[in-house]
Amino acid sequence: MINWMTKEVQDAFKAGLPIFIGYMPAAIAFGILSKGCGITLLECFLFSAVVFAGASQFIALNLLMTGMGPGGIILTTLLVNFRHFLMSAYLSTRIAKVAKKYLFLIAFGVTDEVFSVLSLNRGRFSKTFVIILQLSAYSAWVGGTIAGYVMGGFLPEILSKSMGVALYALLLAILLPEIKTSVKALILTIASGLLNTILIKLDILPNGWTIIVCILIIALAGSFFIATEVQEERCG
Amino acid sequence: MDNLIPVILGMAAVTYGPRLIPFILMSNREIPKRVDAFLKCIPMAAIGALIIPGVFSATPDMPMAALSGMAFTMIFGLWKGGIIIPVLGSVAVTYLVLLSAS
Repeated sequence: MINWMTKEVQDAFKAGLPIFIGYMPAAIAFGILSKGCGITLLECFLFSAVVFAGASQFIALNLLMTGMGPGGIILTTLLVNFRHFLMSAYLSTRIAKVAKKYLFLIAFGVTDEVFSVLSLNRGRFSKTFVIILQLSAYSAWVGGTIAGYVMGGFLPEILSKSMGVALYALLLAILLPEIKTSVKALILTIASGLLNTILIKLDILPNGWTIIVCILIIALAGSFFIATEVQEERCG
Repeated sequence: MDNLIPVILGMAAVTYGPRLIPFILMSNREIPKRVDAFLKCIPMAAIGALIIPGVFSATPDMPMAALSGMAFTMIFGLWKGGIIIPVLGSVAVTYLVLLSAS
């Protein structure tokens, strides 16, 4: 009873709490919106419980409302979520050797925010740390979804609207310590945001692919021009 | 659509696949330096593109509201750090700006 609360477990909960708190409002917003779209509580729950990918769930609701068929919705989801392929590629090189069965579990929980916390956390991490972090995120996402669906009607509309900012604020807050100490990190971040804005304005790529192209181009450029310096700073 | 569950399961499959494949292909393998440098730049590139320009339409009726919330996150985060207060504060500031405009 006393032994399991090791320093590692405590650190994991400490890292997981902010994600829990950041996910809750966004998940509530998803629950409220689902109910507004007329889907059942079971369907709403399944969205969060088995897909577990915020942006694509909101997009799927929109597509449902426009009357798009199953094929189109699933294809769009693939495109929107394919960025996680790159995030998993990064994480697979940083997570210490673990048994295959845990990799299947860990892979399920690779969301933007879990990835951001893990990737900006210096050094390697154990499976215990990763799984606790992901469980914090998952419980908030699924719990918040149900809470939003069931109790959403009682929230003032303006409050539920303002919850849309929570995920962006979460990502920014996770990133701030990094860009505070490294100008290179700041340049990479802003360059990627600018490129994404331009690509979206040009409107030549399907939904979701602008982010993938940005990651590929900016990370490639970064690896040529400034990778060594970033590396030194991150290790220092 | 009458039954959404097959669609949701399809979405789950195409989401899980890309999350899983790199773990199976790459784990426990030595990564070349060049590739490692590329992977190290992914976090910043990803977060930059995830925030911009999406945040400008986080509150579609009034982009200034979300931007005020983010400004709070930025200022408090740089000043004191942490994540919980910057996140909850951003929702609160966004709410107040939307409220005062309504």
